[in-house]
Amino acid sequence: MRRDLAHFSDEALVALVERGDEAALGELYDRFGRPAYGLALRILRDEALAEDAVQEAFVSVWRTAARFVPERARAATWILTLVHRRAVDLVRREEHRRAEPLESAPEPAGASTEESAWLRLEGERVRAALRKLPDQQRETIELAYFGGFTQSELADRLGQPLGTIKSRMFAGLTRLRELLSEGETEWRRSRSTS
Amino acid sequence: MATESVHELSAAYALDALDAHDERAYEEHLRVCDRCRTDLMSFRETAATLTYAVAAPAPPAALRKRIIEQAKAERSKVVVPLRRRWVVPTLGAAAAAAAAVAIGLGVWAAMLHGDLSSSRSAQQAASQILSNPASRRSAVTGAEGTLVVAPDGRAVLSLTGIEPAPKGKTYEIWVIKGQTPRRAGLFGEAGSVTLDRTVPNGAVVAVTVEKDGGVDAPTMTPHITAQA
Repeated sequence: MRRDLAHFSDEALVALVERGDEAALGELYDRFGRPAYGLALRILRDEALAEDAVQEAFVSVWRTAARFVPERARAATWILTLVHRRAVDLVRREEHRRAEPLESAPEPAGASTEESAWLRLEGERVRAALRKLPDQQRETIELAYFGGFTQSELADRLGQPLGTIKSRMFAGLTRLRELLSEGETEWRRSRSTS
Repeated sequence: MATESVHELSAAYALDALDAHDERAYEEHLRVCDRCRTDLMSFRETAATLTYAVAAPAPPAALRKRIIEQAKAERSKVVVPLRRRWVVPTLGAAAAAAAAVAIGLGVWAAMLHGDLSSSRSAQQAASQILSNPASRRSAVTGAEGTLVVAPDGRAVLSLTGIEPAPKGKTYEIWVIKGQTPRRAGLFGEAGSVTLDRTVPNGAVVAVTVEKDGGVDAPTMTPHITAQA
């Protein structure tokens, strides 16, 4: 039986997944598998490990969909949080990460022409917001989120007191939250009409 | 820790960047702080949005297939495995300390699901069992640990010093009274787990290693057991 799931909201798909609907899980993967894999690959820098992280995160979606509360989080946030947590757990077990040089700037996504217009638009919006952050705040947030470094690891690497790292991270994410909400209304409107 | 600095940990927690001791302190604080729960929800959203800043190459087609196949192979309802390895103090005299450890379990997962209240009730159940002076405590053989059974049969199994379950596997708990082992929950790592079913007097609680998602009957002779 074929069924078109394209018009379902992300949250409605999670509700279907809760009832054991594999096609709905497949649709969620089709929507978020690519950014999820990009995130995991960025953190883990290893294709096999990135695949593991994405697989484990989506299987978690399958197992725990019943506990997702749409009033409290968007499904996209829930799924990407699972992917991030899994990837960070994995990278912290990888000793070789510790020896790698710092690379804090995310690569632009523009090189991949087959990317959906939506991913490209969202990428531009987020990178523009990141560019507006003070350099030290941006560096701290990028190393934490994409490097998987804890606050005390960052203090060591950057040669800063732990309190400074904590302040930068809080100020940076607070500012980023503001910047992203400024650009959000416009983007959501453009997505719904595409 | 000063209250203001605990609030500020919301950002780092949303970025999965807290050190272990701060993470525990924050999760403890999260249970009682509405402001942090609200902050965390919006910070999580901001953090997740960062995903879109990096290149998103297409994953291999086989990955989708593997995910769907694993989902099909599993039950839809599975206990979320414990994330961290916890050092659980010996019970008995240290029951209060163990209860404190049990309270920390699962807060992160619960928050992620926006389901703190039901998780809290599970944690309260565990701490009630652990701190009830009428609960009976039995030593575990095959691993360091303690089985604590409340007078009403609700039970918490606390294990230390065991390896995390291998990839694709889970620890499964069984309650055996008579001939038939009955499923009593899954876990991934050392820690305290509240059993899914009550433990009658004289029953045996056993742990086996099974495939992810658990099985209906144990596939191996249990090497970790406790007599209730």
